Amino acid sequence: MKAVSNNNLKIQSKNLNLWFSEKHVLKNVNIAIEKKRVTAIMGPSGCGKTTLIRAFNRMNEIITGCRTSGEVLIDGKDVYGLDTDVVDLRRRVGLVFQKPNPFPKSIYDNVAFGPRIHGITRRRQLDDFVQFSLQEAALWEEVKDRLNDSALSLSGGQQQRLCIARALAVAPEVVLMDEPCSALDPAATAKIEALMRKLTQNYTVIIVTHNMQQAARVSDFTAFMYLGELVEYGETKKIFENPENELTEKYITGKFG
Amino acid sequence: MISRRVREKIAFTFLRLSALLVLVVLVAILYYIVSNGIGVVNIGFLLRNPEEGMTRGGIFPAIVGTVYLVALTLLFALPLGVSTAIYLSEYARGKNDRVVMIIKMATRILAGIPSIVYGLLGLGLFVLFLNLRFSILSASLTLSFLTVPIIIAASEEALESVPMSYREAALALGATRWQTIRSAVLPYALPGIMTGSILGLSRAAGETAPIMITGVAYYLPRLPTSLFDQFMALPFHIFTLSTQSSNPQLTRPVQFGTVFVLMVLVLVMNLAAIIIRSRYSRLRA
Amino acid sequence: MRTDSIIEKFFLICALSSILVIALIFIFLFKEGIQTFIYVSPIQFFTGSIWQPVASEPKYGILPLVAGSILVTLGATVIAVPIGILCATYLAEVSNPAAREILKPMIEILAGVPSVVFGFIALTVLADFTHGVFNTTYRLNALNGAVILAVMIMPTVVSVSEDAISAVPKEYKEAALALGATRWEASRRVVLPAALSGIIVAAMLGIGRAIGETMAVLMATGNAPLLTFDLLNSVETMTATIAIEMGEVAFGSPHYHALFAIGLVLFAMTFIVNLIAELVSAKFRSLRY
Repeated sequence: MKAVSNNNLKIQSKNLNLWFSEKHVLKNVNIAIEKKRVTAIMGPSGCGKTTLIRAFNRMNEIITGCRTSGEVLIDGKDVYGLDTDVVDLRRRVGLVFQKPNPFPKSIYDNVAFGPRIHGITRRRQLDDFVQFSLQEAALWEEVKDRLNDSALSLSGGQQQRLCIARALAVAPEVVLMDEPCSALDPAATAKIEALMRKLTQNYTVIIVTHNMQQAARVSDFTAFMYLGELVEYGETKKIFENPENELTEKYITGKFG
Repeated sequence: MISRRVREKIAFTFLRLSALLVLVVLVAILYYIVSNGIGVVNIGFLLRNPEEGMTRGGIFPAIVGTVYLVALTLLFALPLGVSTAIYLSEYARGKNDRVVMIIKMATRILAGIPSIVYGLLGLGLFVLFLNLRFSILSASLTLSFLTVPIIIAASEEALESVPMSYREAALALGATRWQTIRSAVLPYALPGIMTGSILGLSRAAGETAPIMITGVAYYLPRLPTSLFDQFMALPFHIFTLSTQSSNPQLTRPVQFGTVFVLMVLVLVMNLAAIIIRSRYSRLRA
Repeated sequence: MRTDSIIEKFFLICALSSILVIALIFIFLFKEGIQTFIYVSPIQFFTGSIWQPVASEPKYGILPLVAGSILVTLGATVIAVPIGILCATYLAEVSNPAAREILKPMIEILAGVPSVVFGFIALTVLADFTHGVFNTTYRLNALNGAVILAVMIMPTVVSVSEDAISAVPKEYKEAALALGATRWEASRRVVLPAALSGIIVAAMLGIGRAIGETMAVLMATGNAPLLTFDLLNSVETMTATIAIEMGEVAFGSPHYHALFAIGLVLFAMTFIVNLIAELVSAKFRSLRY
């Protein structure tokens, strides 16, 4: 693991273990995510990558039987501590799901959902939030004239960008993306990959992907996971050109999927 | 400004209170019935005839009447209900033609028709038109019309939850449609069908309005011996004693006792149905 | 192969019986009911405000009966629907599995209690209670009927609403929580609105049941066919009128036909309510994917 200076770290996990009932899903994961970069987490199905990122915003706890040990530090503070406000954590660390899941409401109401919960009710303010978020998510031009249409009338790729806009509307610091392009066609995928890079201007981006080429294209840092363990982690260029671990090399060269 | 956390606490408290209210109401009802009725009910009460203007004695004929009524209703309603469900689930599946949709809608509408309207049908059709007179036959036929939609709904669900693979296996072995249904589907749907039938019958046991105008009587000196006889029944007994007699207070103990007996009957049937259903779903899971 | 097709025809005929029964209901109600209008003009029947069929000059105006049904049903709906929806939300969104294992069977048991038992309770305990609280002039009144009806339709409202709320895709709730919403905010702003059509169906089914209920209101409301909107007055519903008076009419008399005509009105009302519930339910099912 490459040493990075603490000031640049946004998220750091220390001896993170997670169980779903009896199943040990995350095994002693120690990872350090840098601020305002794209970090990709890759690995074969079932390696725990989705569970890892969901551990950052404590979304695993929605599933009954979830148990954790270890720490996850965000800006130096352990979010599994007793005085953590989980609701606020989830605002600060946003999550975009694998399958786009816009609410069955209008495009406007989807994006305005977050601000509304936080007490923003003035129409003008909401309008600003909505416009800003949709612009950040590179969707504004396509929907600005039909904000009142149902979100479900958008294409898959547009819906996913809407979900990104929705997550951005609550002013997060981190954006987690769980295989955001797996349900999308190549054109939509390209748009979202460009968006990932653009977002690093203001946000720390962590993506999960099973598509190695995507990880190589898009990310600054890459982590390789296998069977719940973090096998190797470092700058993307190094991981792909000169991996230290034999398992990593096997994965990259396609010896197993 | 109430904080979001506090809002959540208040909201959830209201939700819990509403559930508690429903629970309390039910427990209160059961307590009232059991505490007042249990003292009245003993073997004598169950096996003797009413005496001294119903203020003493028992409710034996009413119990017998209800039992006969339910048995006859089962006899008429079960075959018709299960057959309809078999058609809808086994033959009509996938067919979305008009007739099937209308049948399904008709079944749902029938489930929502008031019981007194069934009573009027029974009066017009069975008692008068077919000249079956005021009799246990007219009443049970009327009740079976009321019960059939319940049996259809439960049976259809039971049949549809039998996995397609069972049917496919039988058909692949060369069985005809009916053989497949009989051997590879019905046996597995049986618990669900039984659950639905029991629930339907428990409903029939408790109905008053339809039998009021098709043949139930307040007091008969003899038990019914033929299908064309009139009969006594527990729900009507409760009704008449508590509203029609000149001094309901005198017969109050008997009323409580009858209510208790009817409730026990209905509760036992409901419990049996629930138990069958949960054993069945545990088997399938 | 021939026997197989005969068997199929047999089951088809059984299935068609459902349609036959509805047709029979309509035919007999119509056949007996329409003859009312030999003795009474439709206007007098539908808009007359006096129901006095046993008088030297019988009057067959059903307005007081319709008003009685509506008053009691409205009261029951106002009580049962809000509480029922809250209870359903509790079951679907808040309760732990243990609580659900207790509450759901209890609600099923409540649903199985015969209507005459509810009527008995209304007659004895409930009437004393409302008298104590509201100091009623008439011991048996519309309020009694409304309250006992509310208890009766509660299980329907709760179980149908709970099904609708549980059927909302879990992804919506997850998305809301991931945005930093509290569980209540997720329920209130996302799940419940998505379940709205299903909840409306629940309310309509409850209303339909309330309109059609006979014994409980018969024993609870005092059976005075007076046109009134005061809950503390005695009223009489359409259902109760038919049940009580049919035992005392001569077959073929104007009174007899008038009761069938009321039955027809009742059938029409519940038919329409259930039809609307059907249509809303179909729309709800098609909206979900």
